Amino acid sequence: MLAESLGLSAILFVIGVVGVLTRRNAIIIFMCVELMLNAVNLTFVALSRYYGMGGQVFVLFVMTVAAAEAAVGLAIIISIFRHRQTVDLRNINVMKG
Amino acid sequence: MSMDNFGLFYQFHFYLFGIIAIVSAVTFVTRRSPVAAAMWLIVTMFCLAAEYVMLDAQFIAAMQVLLYAGAIMVIFLFVIMLLNLGEASDITDVRGIGGKLLAGFVGLILIAEVGVLTRTGIPSGKYVVARDFLSQQLATYGAVGAVARPLYRDYSLAFELTSVLLLVAIAGAVILGRKESSSAR
Repeated sequence: MLAESLGLSAILFVIGVVGVLTRRNAIIIFMCVELMLNAVNLTFVALSRYYGMGGQVFVLFVMTVAAAEAAVGLAIIISIFRHRQTVDLRNINVMKG
Repeated sequence: MSMDNFGLFYQFHFYLFGIIAIVSAVTFVTRRSPVAAAMWLIVTMFCLAAEYVMLDAQFIAAMQVLLYAGAIMVIFLFVIMLLNLGEASDITDVRGIGGKLLAGFVGLILIAEVGVLTRTGIPSGKYVVARDFLSQQLATYGAVGAVARPLYRDYSLAFELTSVLLLVAIAGAVILGRKESSSAR
């Protein structure tokens, strides 16, 4: 079932990428990033059957980094919301030239 | 479980959870309300946990449910409720035709890359380790021990560094979440 797992992982990753590129709600974009991380985790787990236990160990590290990223990212979103009263990226374009 | 001789029951459930995962992921991306989107993402994560169990990664599946579907998504829902963003905005937040074209283009390129890879060099079922390596590990050390042994032996440095990362993340989240007035004092 390696090919099926890798295919499912690729489809989920593409859905995540399309979500990041099409949505403007910062929280939903953030959740799309989590979906992409999940897709990569599926690849690691599927390949760990053929390449040894390292894949599953790395999934644990990815989950830890994802948890840290979620905490810091959501704190940033809360901080932005305090200043701008919105999480819509249309209104957060300070860097637009 | 035999490694290459997958039964019909196994295959049926593998495809079933895969299809549910894809459908709920598409629903997640297209929902307007953040709360509905979060709920559909949780469905996707549960389906992935089921796939992990079928891929002989029971401990990872438990962590998927506890950490992703449990902790991380609860933080997301907590922030959505805290900022009172639960209701869908009346103006759509989907980008215009330019963004959709860009997203479709990037998506097509990624799918095409997968197609090229499957034709040329996907590592299809070549075992680097012994064929029944994973089931043997699970039988000898148990579902947790099989992951814990390499984690604490070969990857112990990375494991220790993870604690530093978590400490930095906690400190950063607290500082970023603090109100402005208290930092001015």
